[in-house]
Amino acid sequence: MSSMDTLKTIYFYLFALATVVGALSTIIAKNPIRGAMGLLLTIGAMAGLFLSLHAEFMAAVQLIVYAGAVVVLFLFAIMLLGPDALPPGGHETLGIRVAAGAGTVLAAIAGVWSVWEWDGVRDHGHRVFTRFPTAEPTTGTVESVAKEVFGPGLVPFEISSALLIVAVVGAIAVARGRQGEAQKRKLPAVAALPDAARTNAAPEAAE
Amino acid sequence: MISLQHYLILGALLFSIGTMGFLTRRNVIVALMSIELMLNAVNLTLVAFNRMHQQAHTGQMFAFFIIAVAAAEAAVGLAIVLALYRVAKTVRTDQADQLKG
Repeated sequence: MSSMDTLKTIYFYLFALATVVGALSTIIAKNPIRGAMGLLLTIGAMAGLFLSLHAEFMAAVQLIVYAGAVVVLFLFAIMLLGPDALPPGGHETLGIRVAAGAGTVLAAIAGVWSVWEWDGVRDHGHRVFTRFPTAEPTTGTVESVAKEVFGPGLVPFEISSALLIVAVVGAIAVARGRQGEAQKRKLPAVAALPDAARTNAAPEAAE
Repeated sequence: MISLQHYLILGALLFSIGTMGFLTRRNVIVALMSIELMLNAVNLTLVAFNRMHQQAHTGQMFAFFIIAVAAAEAAVGLAIVLALYRVAKTVRTDQADQLKG
């Protein structure tokens, strides 16, 4: 094994460990902020793995869209909820935690087993690891991905822009709620301000 | 030597972690983050398979669309969480039972 291969192996295991640790901390953390940080670690390490697969464009998109937009969106939602994002009491019981751990292990075994016993990697009945072909200079560059997206994938690409605008408008509509109701709720609250609040509003006038 | 199977096994591990997070956590925000984990695991698998057939970039194109859909899903999902919090004053999935007869 050449030293380059050793480096590649170390690189892979480093980033694979980071993704798994981040994913586990995402689902274990009681505080959703810590969960979002774990998700950020997973996403960043995943971008590193994309780089090792010669998918430079995907690595950049992963960092811009996931780390830059989606995680920030999660953090905004958590901060809007404030302390209520961490509901008091009633954390997952021990039984649920044990079941979750056992389920994760079982699902992981099933996944690894299905890869391990996959017929596509058999060579005359022997189990072999499929090595990647030597990367061409065009692999994963912006140009080659663009040829794919703006060639066969042009119609889905245009439709995805419609999906995004519908999603954003829908998100605004759902998050704002009905404005009329909010006003109805607000008006009596202002009228029923206690005297203390009124004096607080103008302390200099009272002096 | 790192092979295709390494990436597939890592994707399977991440997907199972995300599944269990979604099934067992009752905080809606954590459930949404688990969905993002699962989508990421699938993205890794797609890009790894694309590396085997590098004359076309269909796998990366699919992963690209998955990222776009995931961004839309996160925006709508978090808006629904905020709307749910306004109505039910909770972010726990087991307390969001307004549809129960």
